[in-house]
Amino acid sequence: MNTQHNMEESLWNFIDGTISASEKIVVEKLLQTDADWKAKYGELLQVNELLQSSELEAPSLRFSKNVMEQISKLHIAPATKSYINKKVIWGIGLFFVTMIVGFLIYGIGQIDFSSGEEVSWSKNISKIDFSKIFSNTWVNAFMMINVILGLVLLDSYFTNKRKEFRKEA
Amino acid sequence: MSTGLNDNEIISKVLSGDHQAYAGLVNRYQNYVFTLTLRMVKNREDAEEVAQDVFIKAFKYLADFKGASKFTTWLYTIVSNTSISFLRKKKLDIHSLDNENVFAAAANQDSGMRANMIEQKSKLAMVNEAIGLLNPDDAQIITLFYKAEQSLEETAQILGIETNAAKVRLHRARTRLKEKMETHYVQEVRDLN
Repeated sequence: MNTQHNMEESLWNFIDGTISASEKIVVEKLLQTDADWKAKYGELLQVNELLQSSELEAPSLRFSKNVMEQISKLHIAPATKSYINKKVIWGIGLFFVTMIVGFLIYGIGQIDFSSGEEVSWSKNISKIDFSKIFSNTWVNAFMMINVILGLVLLDSYFTNKRKEFRKEA
Repeated sequence: MSTGLNDNEIISKVLSGDHQAYAGLVNRYQNYVFTLTLRMVKNREDAEEVAQDVFIKAFKYLADFKGASKFTTWLYTIVSNTSISFLRKKKLDIHSLDNENVFAAAANQDSGMRANMIEQKSKLAMVNEAIGLLNPDDAQIITLFYKAEQSLEETAQILGIETNAAKVRLHRARTRLKEKMETHYVQEVRDLN
């Protein structure tokens, strides 16, 4: 079974012209001396010729007309890159990085380094009272304002883009 | 209708406002798109509907085609996504390459065909029918390699796989096609020898 499979694979590579030079010499020799290889080669060559001579299927005669009729009612959308402003992406990235750095600074600032105890970082981190950070009214208010501002900005940005696009169309 | 312009030239014309130039692309690739969709949805009426949808989507998003790859490569992505969406909508099974059991459905389809084999089928019709009996993955790679005349490297790029993987997939697909022809078109295969 495996030999049969290898034989077919080598022969298909030979037919496709993707066989290596060294393997090609071996296959050529086998085709001259081995009847099984020769017979299989004949079979595969026939399948290959049939496939090469086959043609693509054709749709109905009205196909092209139907497509053109439908696209006459449409307009081409602007390229994705042109309406996704890189500055917006950088801005969002910067916002998140600032938030993360801010929380880290705040958290590390809570650690008492002067206690003199030899404690590992993992222990120090476990001492941080995250509930204080996240239940702090000011922090929550700050985050909410940021999120609302972000959404308002995003909405106005897309509204402007939509208007511009309608004008162009 | 041959426009004489290459794909990128036609696309530039369409993007600069000459929407009628798009007919050049439709005429050039309608058989390519229709054959690929037919291999996936297995029904001419559905395939025509999906193929139309493909060209409409391609038109709408033509500005996204940057010419970095061949137009057919970009078009194939739309063909594949649109066909899969269509099949999902119709709640048909999308057969995977490894699922051998799915051939049962195709084989049933074939039993009906065999009953009608009173008249001699042409070789080409036999090949087309046999390809139609393959699972969509096998049928796609054979169609791309032979009918759309893409090289092995291009076929691999279109399918988003390595060249070697495409080579193995093509070997398997051809082996299965040969088996299909030997099983279902005994007389025609005998006549070929």
